[in-house]
Amino acid sequence: MVQTVDSIAPQSVSDKWDVERIRADFPVLHQTVNGKPLVYLDNAASSQVPQVVIDRGSVYLEHEHSNIHRGVHYLSQRATTAYEGAREKVKRFINARESRECIFVRGATEGINLVMYGYGRKFIGEGDEIIISAMEHHANIVPWQMLCQEKGARLRVIPMNDAGELLLDEFDGLLNERTKLVGVVHVSNALGTINPVKEMIAQAHKYGVPVLVDGAQATPHMPVDVQDLDCDFYAFSGHKMYAPTGSGIVYGKAELLEKMDPFQGGGDMIKTVTFEKTTYADLPNKLEAGTPAIASQIGLGAAIDYLNTIGREQAAAHEAELLRYATERISAIEGVRIIGTAKDKASVLSFVIDDIHPHDIGTILDQEGIAVRAGHHCAQPVMQRFNVPATARASFAFYNTKDEIDVLARTIERVIEIFS
Amino acid sequence: MSELSELYQQVILDHNKKPRNFRKLEQANHTAEGYNPLCGDHLTVYLALENGAVKEIAFEGSGCAISKAAASMMTQAVKGKSREQAEELFTEFHSMVTGELDEETQENNLGNLKIFAGVREFPVRVKCATLPWHTLHAALNNEEHVSTE
Repeated sequence: MVQTVDSIAPQSVSDKWDVERIRADFPVLHQTVNGKPLVYLDNAASSQVPQVVIDRGSVYLEHEHSNIHRGVHYLSQRATTAYEGAREKVKRFINARESRECIFVRGATEGINLVMYGYGRKFIGEGDEIIISAMEHHANIVPWQMLCQEKGARLRVIPMNDAGELLLDEFDGLLNERTKLVGVVHVSNALGTINPVKEMIAQAHKYGVPVLVDGAQATPHMPVDVQDLDCDFYAFSGHKMYAPTGSGIVYGKAELLEKMDPFQGGGDMIKTVTFEKTTYADLPNKLEAGTPAIASQIGLGAAIDYLNTIGREQAAAHEAELLRYATERISAIEGVRIIGTAKDKASVLSFVIDDIHPHDIGTILDQEGIAVRAGHHCAQPVMQRFNVPATARASFAFYNTKDEIDVLARTIERVIEIFS
Repeated sequence: MSELSELYQQVILDHNKKPRNFRKLEQANHTAEGYNPLCGDHLTVYLALENGAVKEIAFEGSGCAISKAAASMMTQAVKGKSREQAEELFTEFHSMVTGELDEETQENNLGNLKIFAGVREFPVRVKCATLPWHTLHAALNNEEHVSTE
């Protein structure tokens, strides 16, 4: 089941959310920047790491570190147990059928590239079509463009409306017997839109077309059930969901992963190697060449445990309330325009101010200790669609507060004053 | 906000709002395009060079206040200068905003361009201020594109 933040009654649950207790879990939040308390609103770029996740990484490095899957010795077994334990946690987190369907990667980008190399290059050829959406991150555009160039395939794009919602009728019109893959973002990093991926997957499956979902911005905010979605591939990054960088997952249905070619060749992904021939290991090892980011992936497991502990529904309700409040506060400021006004949104607020470039906004906010992203958010086609060179983006996590949004709103007013 | 008011001085804000020589120059014989993919700043510098000197200069494009004001004031500073003088100003400007040149104690010809000295307190913004100059340099040297990242 995919639960959107809208489906929870925000106010009543939000009242119970003890944000100060949660903030105490995140050491990085407690510092000053330019003499002001840090207001960290760049969570969509990378979220912060709670102490329990840091501690888990330290325990591994202090007591368990060794290489995995190959040593007969004690430490290698402990490292392997911890690493495979993290995979089990991921399996339950996204409700995969089997843990071997969860492939460890560096992040969503590597996950998508793995599918492009292993599945795309094998099963997509000349004249075939790949459908993506108008709100994809570059990570879900460029790999497919590279494949299209290599194979002579064609990239087609589902358009969106002015609110930043995909036009599903147009999607239906794009699907045909030449379509070999659909790649769609679950939650837009630039707009916050939550796409109806379950419906879209069902639509694509009518044509027998597999669907890859870029879930990098979804897993931090909402429960994801890959069986309920019936997606064929689902990629996400650990560092956007309170785990260290270098952690991430690409899920794939076992029958697809089995048909795929390896992504990279090397150690750990083989059964036998001679100079004449190599036979590949079974899943998941076939798709995980070389020594992985063991500590980071164990950290991903710890971050999943943390999310389960704090109560995801309440966290989502708090984020929904932050988004509602921020939208109300920021859009009330004269000269500010919100980019991305979809009905169904995650806690991402992109905005522009008349005649003030987002980089100038970002610099001034930073002087007040506020971290936002200013730029094209690795989604240049989205900027072109909305005819802006860039936006400023505040993205909220469950540890943010309404007070922080007040600081943001006041400082935006100050930006406008400086430029008036 | 003292560093901030150093950066966003009235003169800079004024050039941002009303950039000078902000147009396409029809008689240009040297043109270059500058792009900063990081922030999307994008401008074209048009030059009419005559006898090795900048007879006319103009620019078009979009960008942040720093890049726009830097471009605007650059066009005023180099107009009428020889190619060598323009290149020397670029070197001095670049040295100033990267902190290698102290505009107050070391000899230079920066004049009112000194107003951009505050940029050096904002390392991520240095490229905004220097993009127009890199683009000018490219135009003087017959390179069509320049990209800073």
